[in-house]
Amino acid sequence: MRTNNMPMRGGPRGRQGMVGKKKLNMGALKRVIKMLYGYYPVLLPVAVGCIIFAAITSSIPAIFQQQVIASIENWFSTRDWASAKGEIIPKVAILAGLYVLSFIAVVVQTQLMAIITQGFLGKMRKTMFNGMQNLPIKYFDTNKHGDIMSHYTNDIDTLRQLVSQSIPALLQSIIIVVSVFSIMLWYSVWMTMVVIAGVVVMFFVTKVIGGGSAKYFIRQQRAIGKTEGFIQEMMSGQKVVKVFNHEKHAQADFDKINDALYEDSSRAHAYANCLGPIIQNIGNILYVVIATVGGLLLLSGAKNFSISGMAFEISIIVPFLNMTKQFTGNVNQVSQQINSIVMGLAGAERIFALMDTEPETDDGYVTLVNAEIDKDGNITETKKRTGIWAWKHPHREDGTVTYTRLAGDVRLFDVDFGYVPEKTVLHNIDVYAEPGQKVAFVGATGAGKTTITNLINRFYDIADGKIRYDGININKIKKSDLRRSLGIVLQETNLFTGTVMENIRYGRLDATDEECIEAARLSGADDFISRLPAGYDTELSNNGSNLSQGQRQLIAIARAAVADPPVMILDEATSSIDTRTEAIVSKGMDRLMQGRTVFVIAHRLSTVKNSDVIMVLEQGRIIERGSHDALIAQKGKYYQLYTGAFELE
Amino acid sequence: MIKTLAKSIREYKLPSILTLIFIMGEVLIEVYIPFITADLVNSIKASAPIETVVKTGLYLGLMAVLSLCCGGIAGFTCAKASAGFAKNLRHDMFSKIQRYSFGNIDKFSSTSLVTRLTTDVTNVQQSYMMIIRTAVRSPMMFIFSIIMAYRMGGTLATTFVVVVPVLLFGLLFVARKAMPAFRRVFKKYDRLNESIEENVRGMRVVKGFSREEYEKKKFGDAADDIAGDFTKAERIVVLNAPLMQFCLYFNMVFVLTVGSYLAISSGGTKIDVGQISAMLTYGMQILMSLMMLSMIYVMITMSLESMKRICEVLREEPTLTNPQNAVSAVADGSVTFENVSFKYSKKAKRYSLENVNLNIKSGMTVGIIGGTGSGKSSLVQLIPRLYDVTDGCVKVGGRDVKEYDIKALRDSVAMVLQKNQLFSGTIKENLRWGNETATDEEIAEVCRLSQADEFISTFPDGYDTYIEQGGSNVSGGQKQRLCIARALLKKPKILILDDSTSAVDTKTDAFIRKGFKEFIPETTKFIIAQRIASVEDADLIIVMENGKIADAGTHDELLGTSQIYREVYEQQTNGGDSDEN
Repeated sequence: MRTNNMPMRGGPRGRQGMVGKKKLNMGALKRVIKMLYGYYPVLLPVAVGCIIFAAITSSIPAIFQQQVIASIENWFSTRDWASAKGEIIPKVAILAGLYVLSFIAVVVQTQLMAIITQGFLGKMRKTMFNGMQNLPIKYFDTNKHGDIMSHYTNDIDTLRQLVSQSIPALLQSIIIVVSVFSIMLWYSVWMTMVVIAGVVVMFFVTKVIGGGSAKYFIRQQRAIGKTEGFIQEMMSGQKVVKVFNHEKHAQADFDKINDALYEDSSRAHAYANCLGPIIQNIGNILYVVIATVGGLLLLSGAKNFSISGMAFEISIIVPFLNMTKQFTGNVNQVSQQINSIVMGLAGAERIFALMDTEPETDDGYVTLVNAEIDKDGNITETKKRTGIWAWKHPHREDGTVTYTRLAGDVRLFDVDFGYVPEKTVLHNIDVYAEPGQKVAFVGATGAGKTTITNLINRFYDIADGKIRYDGININKIKKSDLRRSLGIVLQETNLFTGTVMENIRYGRLDATDEECIEAARLSGADDFISRLPAGYDTELSNNGSNLSQGQRQLIAIARAAVADPPVMILDEATSSIDTRTEAIVSKGMDRLMQGRTVFVIAHRLSTVKNSDVIMVLEQGRIIERGSHDALIAQKGKYYQLYTGAFELE
Repeated sequence: MIKTLAKSIREYKLPSILTLIFIMGEVLIEVYIPFITADLVNSIKASAPIETVVKTGLYLGLMAVLSLCCGGIAGFTCAKASAGFAKNLRHDMFSKIQRYSFGNIDKFSSTSLVTRLTTDVTNVQQSYMMIIRTAVRSPMMFIFSIIMAYRMGGTLATTFVVVVPVLLFGLLFVARKAMPAFRRVFKKYDRLNESIEENVRGMRVVKGFSREEYEKKKFGDAADDIAGDFTKAERIVVLNAPLMQFCLYFNMVFVLTVGSYLAISSGGTKIDVGQISAMLTYGMQILMSLMMLSMIYVMITMSLESMKRICEVLREEPTLTNPQNAVSAVADGSVTFENVSFKYSKKAKRYSLENVNLNIKSGMTVGIIGGTGSGKSSLVQLIPRLYDVTDGCVKVGGRDVKEYDIKALRDSVAMVLQKNQLFSGTIKENLRWGNETATDEEIAEVCRLSQADEFISTFPDGYDTYIEQGGSNVSGGQKQRLCIARALLKKPKILILDDSTSAVDTKTDAFIRKGFKEFIPETTKFIIAQRIASVEDADLIIVMENGKIADAGTHDELLGTSQIYREVYEQQTNGGDSDEN
């Protein structure tokens, strides 16, 4: 999937920004500039200096142009080039000199801006990504993934536009407008007034037409959204369409939506297309008006009113005409750039919102360390990997440190929890899992099974009650160490781009190839991996789309296995493995669970049957608990589920 | 490629051509304007009578108004033409996709089709607009400006002999250098964004393994690498600005120096002040038009990729064709496979089905069981001719499926696909896919049969309940039962359920099968399932393994003869399976 935008790709999303509420967010602008300056305290001022210099040097030449023409006028009737040369050549030389300077300034400015822009974007991406890594799971649960992604694609794009083009262009245009305006006043106030009147007309026209265009662009955007939704649904259901001979209907429905999109799109673009020629020709008319007015003034011998005190001359009118074009052109630039600056700042604001989101806090001070145990059972800390782990617990009051061996004893006492404070989804949950025990959660979707596991690894924090890991309050344990001691395999498997080996090693970065293969063997994944074309070196991409769902789950299990944690959470870990394959891997799973504390969530009761304790959850409460046999004897909900009288949905 | 796309312009040829004509008009006028302006300047300078000045001024104003009209109309027709072209492209692609067979559909992922129909078409629309407006405008502007400049400036116009090639080659050089550089970076950039997406999606894994710092480091390196590449590419592209500036400045200095020499030495006979300022304007127009051309070049190259992707869709030929003199009625629900072998694409090395022979009498219930990839779905998909066999022959109602009219065949063979889907709309609307003219009573009847009526009637809006996109507001089991109801509404001679009750509890599943037996006994039923319980009372159970029929028989027979069947059975009964996924 291509998510990026090439430099000039407008794309429908870009348009959307344009037609949004027009308000210049000065706060965001300040912050962008501050960040730019922070990153490039030398380059940025130099670049800005060059922009200003280039802008000035591109407006001053008008004066020299005028002087050269004035000289031509003077020497015109003499036909004496040899004498005229002395006056004209130096002026042209100054002009040429200015041009050379301006040229150098432009080279420096554009090169610097290229470096600054791309460097800035790179740093922004990193800042965003690093910030994102520190955000709590809640952020990812409550924000659409597409929206988060668009910060990295669309918003970064608008930011690029803002920094590399809009801001420099705006700065440049403003300077040119100001300097041309001064020069015009220098020559003639009256004629300047005429130009200003013209500009006012232009603004008015832009507002009217731009408004119409914006209205239809909004409608086009809506129509695009509708079309996309329809297409998405139809394309993913195309096979159903075929099976039901529904092609003609689908086509008819599509054409209706498609026609509506055409109407809005063609109107929106018509307005936008007309604006250019209209503005340009108003410019032309203004040019004519200036020429005529100038001519009239000149011929009527009216008195000029100017800063320079010059009288009307042909040598004023000619450069004035060129300045008119330059002036109106740049005034238009300013009004256009403001649009894209508003758009860019909206993107910047969204990025800042992501960067400003409160990160996940971690006040834990109990850490996980490698340990050695001597004959007397004393635990000492060591640097080398011993395979034995201990919780290092510094006590604040007396400054002592105690070590507790990592065993995998997890207990929940009277836990309440709600994703939002108003709605409690778990009530009075008590779970005792001793080292090596297998605890299963059974219940309908939404009963709270996964929520419990979210609390154990502190993806979310409990509202009330206590959770103890090896007797330590999990709030005291450093989050990364807590999670390191828990292996999770989720129903929705997420693999990363890279080889199969790399994906397994994700569980423990210093695992050797042999250890990874051993983990795969243990979890029953080795069999299919070795049959892949490149075995463990097979490249996975797009979340392992070249594998079946079951195979992906097996790799995820191997990934957790290589981490070799004392506690494992298997959330529907084998749900996508078909029953035939499950029969084959079940032995491996049993081996994997051996000697560990395991929390299992499964729809298939066959997977949970041999658990030490089975908890049946309903609407956030544990309604039954006990071993399989005990629960069957109880003839309650579990019995109903087991005998298939009840649907787990 | 252009030819394929151009077919979709159709009724928008007229606005396209009008655009070209009006743009031409606009250019002609625009090029003429400096010419008159020079007159105006000269007449002011020569202290001509005021009437002459005003007259020339009015004349110029008229020109500007004309140019405005041309430009405005062209803007309008151009928008119409390009939006219409886009509309036709979407229509053509959509209708082509409707004609696709399953084989064609498999080639494109649904997300890629969505992109092709939306983003790619938008890109082409933009380029088309650009082409009919600017691609004509710029070269014309260029040519006319050169002509006018020569007519007016004479020797002064030699400046363009220097400037034009410099700018042209410069722009081409930049475009040539920058394009591949950008293409390379964008590939990397795509990968970077993919890895961000992976992170966002897999954040539970990242955090679960405490890999935040590892991911930051990995991303940091990649981001730095890309920032470096982007900078390199951008530094080439931005050379355009100084290049343009250089040419403009050169032109100015040249025109002023040589112009003043010519003007003074000839006493205004060769050239005049008006002409000199007009030459400056023409210089600007010429250089600007070259700049625009290079932008078009970049734009078109960029949308080439989109064009290619659209063409792929348009050029893809449906792999299944309706026979001539097609048979339009299916006699009965009997199904025969004769030495059927099948693979999904010609290139595939492995056959998905090998040498399958089957003989199913009308009204039988056939259960199919087997692991993932054993060929269960492939087998049943051949019956409604969703794919054509590679070898052998599939017969329905005693005739080769290739002899039937495809629509007629599929109306008689209802299939509930494994990857099923409901569409946004009410339950009733969804069910009527099976039969448009079904009465409410008929709908309720099939829903009772598929055990869907019970839960539908608990909904406040009953059969008018709105199903959200993708059926997200009904549970998996409910969705499956609705899909079965939809298929039943066809009153098919053959009904195929491809793992269609996996999310339905065993009791309801049993009710559904009981209903089938009682109410549609004459319909041939194929049931693919993971659960032995779902097939154990079938007349014939087929055990698939590696694309072959490993064993076949009744439940009791298979328990005795089939090792695979027995293994699965034991695993499930032992576990007391309440299979749910």
